Amino acid sequence: MSAAHNTLAVEHLRVTFGKAPNAATAVDDVSFEIRQGEVFGLVGESGCGKSVTCRSLIQLFGGSRPSAMTGSISFEGRNLAALQPKDLVKVRGSEIAMIFQDPMTALNPTMKVGRQIEEGLRQHEKLSARQAREKAITLLKSVGVMAPERRLDSYPHAFSGGMRQRVLIAIALACRPKLLIADEPTTALDVTVQDQILKLILKLRAEIGMAVLLVTHDLGVVAQTCDRVAVMYAGRIVELATTEQLFAKPSHPYTRALLNALPAHGGRGGRLQPIGGSPPSLAAPPPGCRFHPRCSLAIPACELQQPPLAAIQEGHSAACIRIGEPA
Amino acid sequence: MTEPLLSIHHISKTFPMARNFRDVVTRSPRQTLRALRDVSLTVRPGEVVGVVGESGCGKSTLGRCIAGLETPEHGDMLWQGAPISAGENRRTRARHIQMVFQDPYASLNPRMTLGQTLEEVLRVHGLAGDAARRRERVDELMLMVGLAPALKERLPHTISGGQRQRICIARALAAEPQLIVADEPVSALDASVQAQIINLLEDLRAKLNIALIFIAHDLNVVRHISDRVAVMYLGEIVETAAAEALFTRPLHPYTRGLLAAIPIPDPKRRTSVPSVEGEIPDPLSPPIGCGFSTRCSHVIHPCRVRHPDLHQTGEHGVRCLNPAATRPFADPGSVYPATGNQ
Amino acid sequence: MKLLSQETVRRFKQNRNLQVGLFLLAVIVLTSLFGPSLVPYDPEELDFGNPLLAPTLQHPFGTDDLGRDVLARVVAAGQVDMQVVAVCVLLPFLIGSTIGLVSGYFGGWIDRVIMRFVDILWAFPFYVLVISIVGALGPSTTNIYLAFSLVVWISFARIVRGEVLLARRLEYTLAASVLGYSHARIMLRHILPNVITPAIVFMMADVVLTILGVTSLGFLGLGIQPPTPEWGVMIADGRNFIQDGWWISLFPGLAIVLVGLTFTLIGDGLDDLLRPKA
Repeated sequence: MSAAHNTLAVEHLRVTFGKAPNAATAVDDVSFEIRQGEVFGLVGESGCGKSVTCRSLIQLFGGSRPSAMTGSISFEGRNLAALQPKDLVKVRGSEIAMIFQDPMTALNPTMKVGRQIEEGLRQHEKLSARQAREKAITLLKSVGVMAPERRLDSYPHAFSGGMRQRVLIAIALACRPKLLIADEPTTALDVTVQDQILKLILKLRAEIGMAVLLVTHDLGVVAQTCDRVAVMYAGRIVELATTEQLFAKPSHPYTRALLNALPAHGGRGGRLQPIGGSPPSLAAPPPGCRFHPRCSLAIPACELQQPPLAAIQEGHSAACIRIGEPA
Repeated sequence: MTEPLLSIHHISKTFPMARNFRDVVTRSPRQTLRALRDVSLTVRPGEVVGVVGESGCGKSTLGRCIAGLETPEHGDMLWQGAPISAGENRRTRARHIQMVFQDPYASLNPRMTLGQTLEEVLRVHGLAGDAARRRERVDELMLMVGLAPALKERLPHTISGGQRQRICIARALAAEPQLIVADEPVSALDASVQAQIINLLEDLRAKLNIALIFIAHDLNVVRHISDRVAVMYLGEIVETAAAEALFTRPLHPYTRGLLAAIPIPDPKRRTSVPSVEGEIPDPLSPPIGCGFSTRCSHVIHPCRVRHPDLHQTGEHGVRCLNPAATRPFADPGSVYPATGNQ
Repeated sequence: MKLLSQETVRRFKQNRNLQVGLFLLAVIVLTSLFGPSLVPYDPEELDFGNPLLAPTLQHPFGTDDLGRDVLARVVAAGQVDMQVVAVCVLLPFLIGSTIGLVSGYFGGWIDRVIMRFVDILWAFPFYVLVISIVGALGPSTTNIYLAFSLVVWISFARIVRGEVLLARRLEYTLAASVLGYSHARIMLRHILPNVITPAIVFMMADVVLTILGVTSLGFLGLGIQPPTPEWGVMIADGRNFIQDGWWISLFPGLAIVLVGLTFTLIGDGLDDLLRPKA
C-alpha cells in the first residue's frame, strides 16, 4: 500500500440546487482526496453541504436532484461524474458502499433481514441461494450480531436501532468495497451504541482495507475515528488537516469557534462561547469569506475576497486571510 | 436547608401495549411497559437537576409526569409540601411548572405569529393587565430571551431553529413558573446554537431563580449546566449525586460506561474497545435482578437474581450490588485539551 | 390568525389549478345567479309546437320533447343543484369535523363508541344507504339533505380524527396543555386550524361525489321532483330521445362534468396552498 495512492480524489466539485434567482450552491468548489485505507472526516453543522458532497460522489439524491453539478470525482482512476447511470449502479453497492443516518427507514420493513442481505450478494457476486445464506451468516457474525442464523429470519422491526445499523453495515460491506461512505451513521443512536458502531467501523476498515468517508457534526466522533478531516462551512471547505493537527492547532476561526462552543472543558460553571448569529443562506451567501459576519477576527478585507485554502504546514491548510498573521 | 420546590416519592408509570392478533388468539395477557419504576427526586428552588440516560430509559416520561402530561400510577408528587392531585387544576399547575420541548420545529403552532403565541399565555392566565400592557410584556419577554421584538409578527417557519427554541423558552417564562422541565432542549440544534441556548437558560436561572429539570442524553451538556444529576436506566434512577461527584467519582458501572462512551474531542485519547457491550434489554421483559446485569462487566451472581435498592450515602445514591467504589476511574472531562486559544 | 401572508399570496400566484378552478367556480356561480334572468325562456313553460329542436341560434342547446328550452333548464337546474349540493356538503363537513375533532382529542371510550358507529355506517355502500333513506322518507329536498348528512359525515369524521390523533402528539399541543389552556381552546385554536386542510380538500372532492349522488337520485326519480329542472332528471328524461334529441341529455351531462372539474381543480389547488410549510 503506497502512501500516495488515492482511492478518491474530488476536484472543484460544485453542486447547485434550484434555478436562478433562487439557486442555492450547496457545495462550492470543494476539493479533497481520500487515501487508501484511511478514515476521512467531513465535519460541519447542518446545511454546510457535507451530506450533499457525499451524495454527489455516487449521485444518490433521492427526490431533489441538483440543477447543476461540475467538477471531477476520480475514484480508482475513473471519473464518476462522467459515468452513465447504469455504470454508476455497478460501482455503487459493490466498490462504493453507503450507510445512512436513519437505520429505521433504510431497511425494507416487509422483507426478512436475511433476504435483504442475500439479495445484494446474489446480485453482485452471483452466488447460489445456499452460498448467499452462508455468507450472510458470516457477515452478520462479523458485525457482531448474536445468533445470526436465527436473526436472518426476523423482520427489521424486531431489531433495535443499533442492530439495524449493524445489519446495514453488513449489507454495505458484503462486496468488500474500496470506499465506505458513512453519512452521520451514529447520530440517531444512543451514546453507548454509537461507541460500539464507531469501533466496529474502525475494526472492519482494518480487516477489509477500505477507505471510509465519515460525515458527522460531532467533533468528538472526528477525534475518535478519523485520520484526516475537512471542516465545511456554508458549502466550502474552510480547513483541511490531519486529525492531530486539527485538534492541536485549529487554525480557521470557525473551527476554533466550533471547538470553543462545546461544553467539554470539564466541570460546570463558566460561560460557553457560542458563535453569534446563524449560518448564511446558500442562495445569497455573504460576499467574501462566508464566515466573516460571525467571525470575531473579521477585518474589512474579509468582505472583499473569498480566501482560498492556504497551506499552514505539511498536510494542513485553512481558508482564512488572517492565517499568516501573529495571533 | 431550603424546602424543596418539588419532591417526588416513589412514582411509577406503566403503559399498556396494544395486543396483536396472535396475542388475542393465544389469549396472552396484555403486556405492559414499565416506563418508570419507583422514581424519587427532589428539586429545590433555583436548582438545576440533570436527568440523563439513553432512549427508552424513562427520562422523558418522568418529565411529562412532572409537567402533568402523564399521571403516575403510584407514589406522590408534592409541590412546596402540598400534594399535586391527579385532578388538579391545569391552570394552577401551569403557573408553577412549565416545559420546553425537544423539537423546535414542532413545538410552535405553525399558524400563529410569535407575538400571538406569547400573548395567548398572558391572556389565558390574566397576566399583565390590558391589551397595551400585554403587548409591552410580549416585547419584554422577547428581549429576555434575546430576540428583537420586531420578530413578533413573524410565523414560526420563517425563523431559525435556535430562534424557535428561544420563543419556546419565552412562552414558558410568560406563565411565570418556578420550575421549567426542559426535555432535550438543545439536542436538535447545531453545536454553536446549543451553546447560545444553554447560556440563555443559565442566565435566566441566575436572574429569575427558576429551577430547571434538564433532561438530555448529552452528558457534556448536562455536566455543564446541572447542580445535581440523576442517571436513568430502564425506568429507574441508578445513580444520583451532585454533578461534580457524579462525573468525577461515578459508582454505578452503567454511569461509568456512559461517561466513557462519550467521544472525547482529543485524538490523543482514543480507545479501541467499546465501553459497554450489548444493548438495552427489551423493556417489556426486563431482567429479574439488576436491569444492567445483562451488560455489566462487574456482574456478580446476586445481580442476576436480586433487584438492588438505591443505596444512599449522603447526597450520593447508587442502585448497585457491586458498586465501583474501589475501582479507579479516569474522568474523561478532566483531561480535555485547552483548544483554540484566541 | 394570519391567513393571507405574503407567502400565501406568492404561492397563490403560482397555483394554476386554483386559479382556473376559482375562475370556473365564478362562472358557475354567476350563471346560476343571473343566468335565469338572461335566458329569454321559462324553464318550465311547455311549447308543444317546437319539440325536439336541434341546437340553433334561437335555442343554443335545443329544446326537449315538451318544447322547453334546454339552455334555460340547464341554467335553472344549476341553481337548484348547486344549492342542494352546498347543503349536502357543508352539513356533513360541519358535523363530521366536529365529531372527529372531539373523538380524536378526548380518545378513550368516547372515541371507541363514535368510531364503532362510524365503522358500522362505513360497512354499507354509500348509494344503498342514501337511496334507502330517501326511499323510506320520500323524495323531498329536506330528506335529501338528511340522507346525505347522515351518510357523509363519517368520511369527514374519519379524516379529521386521524389528523387530530397526529396533532395531539405534536409538541405545540402538549405545550398548550402544559400552559393550562382549556380543552376548547386547544381544540379550536391549536388543533383545528392545523388539521382541517385535508377535510377541506376532501370537501371539494365530496362536491363532485355529491353532485353525482344528487343527480343520480334525480335520475332514479328519488331526487328533486319534476317539473323543477334538475340535471339528473333531465338526463333521465333525455334517455328516451337519445337518437333524435341527444342534446337533451348531453348539456346537463356537460354541466355536471364542468362542476366536477371545477371542484377537483380547487381541491388540488387548496391542497397545495394550505399545506403549512415546516
